[in-house]
Amino acid sequence: MTKKKKNPVWAFFASVKLALFLLFVLAGTSIIGTVVPQNEPAQFYIRQYGPNMAAFMQRLGVPDMYNSWWFLGLLGLFCLNLIICSLERIPRAWRLVTKDNLATPVDRLRKMGIRKQIVLDQSLPEATENIAGHLAGHGWKTDRRSVAEGILLFAQKGAWTRFGVYIVHTSILVILLGAIIGSPAVARKILKNPQIAFKGSIMIPESRETDYVWAFQTGEKIDLGFTIRCDFFTIEYYANGMPKTYLSKVTVIDHGKEVLTTDLKVNKPLTYKGVTFYQSSYQPYPDFIVTLKNETTGATRTSIIPAGKQIKWPDLGASFGIINRETFGEVVRRVKIWFTDHKDKPSIFWIHTGREAVIERPSGNFSLMTKQLYATGLQVTKDPGVWFVYIGCGMMLLGLLVAFFMSHRKVWAFLREEDGKTVVLLAGSANKNKLGFEKRFSSLVESLRNG
Amino acid sequence: MNSSQLFGITTLAYLLSSAFYLALFVFKNKNLGTVASLLAILGVLVQTAALGLRWHESYQIGIGHAPLTNMYESLVFFAWCTTLFYLFMEFKFKAKVVGAFVMPFAFVAMAYASFAKGINQEISPLIPALQSNWLIAHVITCFIGYGAFAAAGGLGMMYLLKKRANTRNLSRETLTGSLPELKVIDDLIYKTIVFGFMWLSAGIITGAIWANEAWGTYWSWDPKETWSIITWFLYASTLHARFTRGWSGSRIAWLAIIGFIAVFFTYFGVNYLLSGLHSYGAS
Ligand code: HEM
Repeated sequence: MTKKKKNPVWAFFASVKLALFLLFVLAGTSIIGTVVPQNEPAQFYIRQYGPNMAAFMQRLGVPDMYNSWWFLGLLGLFCLNLIICSLERIPRAWRLVTKDNLATPVDRLRKMGIRKQIVLDQSLPEATENIAGHLAGHGWKTDRRSVAEGILLFAQKGAWTRFGVYIVHTSILVILLGAIIGSPAVARKILKNPQIAFKGSIMIPESRETDYVWAFQTGEKIDLGFTIRCDFFTIEYYANGMPKTYLSKVTVIDHGKEVLTTDLKVNKPLTYKGVTFYQSSYQPYPDFIVTLKNETTGATRTSIIPAGKQIKWPDLGASFGIINRETFGEVVRRVKIWFTDHKDKPSIFWIHTGREAVIERPSGNFSLMTKQLYATGLQVTKDPGVWFVYIGCGMMLLGLLVAFFMSHRKVWAFLREEDGKTVVLLAGSANKNKLGFEKRFSSLVESLRNG
Repeated sequence: MNSSQLFGITTLAYLLSSAFYLALFVFKNKNLGTVASLLAILGVLVQTAALGLRWHESYQIGIGHAPLTNMYESLVFFAWCTTLFYLFMEFKFKAKVVGAFVMPFAFVAMAYASFAKGINQEISPLIPALQSNWLIAHVITCFIGYGAFAAAGGLGMMYLLKKRANTRNLSRETLTGSLPELKVIDDLIYKTIVFGFMWLSAGIITGAIWANEAWGTYWSWDPKETWSIITWFLYASTLHARFTRGWSGSRIAWLAIIGFIAVFFTYFGVNYLLSGLHSYGAS
């Protein structure tokens, strides 16, 4: 029909056979990566499969198969197939949608699978108005045209649903485009700027800050362009000892100003300037954060100190040390404190970490709080493509709904005068769910007959 | 009455329902079919109450969460979805004997959940990674899809059975005579796969969103994700084979069965044979 059709290369890429082939091949080859562990060090494969097999697997990129040239190539081919196949068919769909259905020959209507003839005791103009009004009452807005021997009415619903398929097909391309835009590999190798898209991680001890993270895979240092500080990290437990919450309180500092402070939890990430921080791990340290206040003078000091060492804070008039600790798992629950204000015998006592204790001494009261030092482990990503992916996903669901559950329905009415009465031939068609449409059509005809 | 007892009654109801559907298939006595349907309805009602009660119980012990968070709960939910989907199909398409091929799935899932070793039935608190509404959306969408695919697989087997009997010209006198016409089964398989495909797509999408909220990666090719996309590819090609190349009948029936095997592997096989992120399913 068209010139393009004769081009064998085009025809190859436009064929649904190729699509079926690619879908089966993608499904089949994807299995490999679920059986062979991915992204292990080279040694692993040699140990597991022997040197020859390992070398062969490396050549084929099996250890990272979803990023291998042939798998990406298959995906590329799949996209090309999808694009060309759709391009080939969209004009056809367009013609179906914009078709002049009033030009349909009456003979065609007489042969349609879904049709019914009724006779109305009205003149042709009366019947025309009657039928058009009735159809409009059921949501069928008719166009009309005088044809040889009578009048033809036509109405359609859901013509646009013919594009549902293409919404689905486009959505796949949008999702893959999003994946490319958000790909660290593309940012690094093609755009030569790893800051555009990256995945990395960072450990920040409490009270410390960072303005960079370490990229996965390459181990590169990537500047954030702002600073993030971990104020505080804590783990809450259920009664049975299972972890309930990992929580970090973090502060973002941009151009030297604290712009926001928020709680970060698993499933509750923080996004700032396109960079998202996820609570992903933690690390307990043997050190402690100690806050001591001399209640008499009001002097306060907070510092990180190691256990088992005597600390002298003359400005507060006190010396102290952590001489023992009681742990639960790797978490310190209580610590034993040695404390003196150099006035009498030192006090020795246990306190719970994270709770304030008041120490009564000859020189006055002191309040002391200790907390085990943690570092919070954050996963940090910048993925400018994620919104494409989400929009693509939305399009896909919408498109599937349209493609599967909505149809293009048409109704014709051909009216002609005969012996002072009007004979009405009603015909209809639907591109999907024909049974359902037939029922609707019958009840429509029934109501016309009775109305 | 606690939820475990109610689940026990459910299991029994599904067992009896399966038995009556099979009896209907063998003896073609309409009354058997009525009893089978009533048992399935009873089972699903009791199970609905049990699910609600288990949810309530989780709040009573102070760790409130929807009963959709471990292998036990997901199996129970799978049985619930399959039965609901089947009953809907029976009601809408008046194809009763189909139950003989679908209800056993529901029963086996319940029985396996209750009796298999290594399946923990306790209501356990949620580890931080599972504390997400996307998890709920993910499990619900996936399992509605799985329920539909189980039904499609059952229908596929039914189709092949009937087809074989037909080609041997045995149809009228023997068992398969009570099955719906081939054309009807074929149409049901197609409709069921379409429905399942919708939900599987939604399940994969909600899973991806959850992963992105929890770990910052919407897709990491872990074995479970990969198997879900393999399953998706399989059904996509089945549908295309049907509506662009006109495949129908035995070929689609086989694909419905293969598709369900892939679903089964995604759900079970991955947990036991492969390792990955979705460790929660393993307990
Ligand atoms: C896994 C990816 C794919 C999905 C999810 C998908 C989805 C769909 C859906 C939902 C329909 C509509 C079915 C209906 O109208 O009932 C459809 C139709 C179709 N698809 Fe795909 N598709 C995919 C890949 C492809 C590819 C790669 C091709 C390339 C040739 C293709 C070619 C077609 C054709 C020719 C139709 C029929 C359109 C028509 O009615 O004119 N599909 N697809």
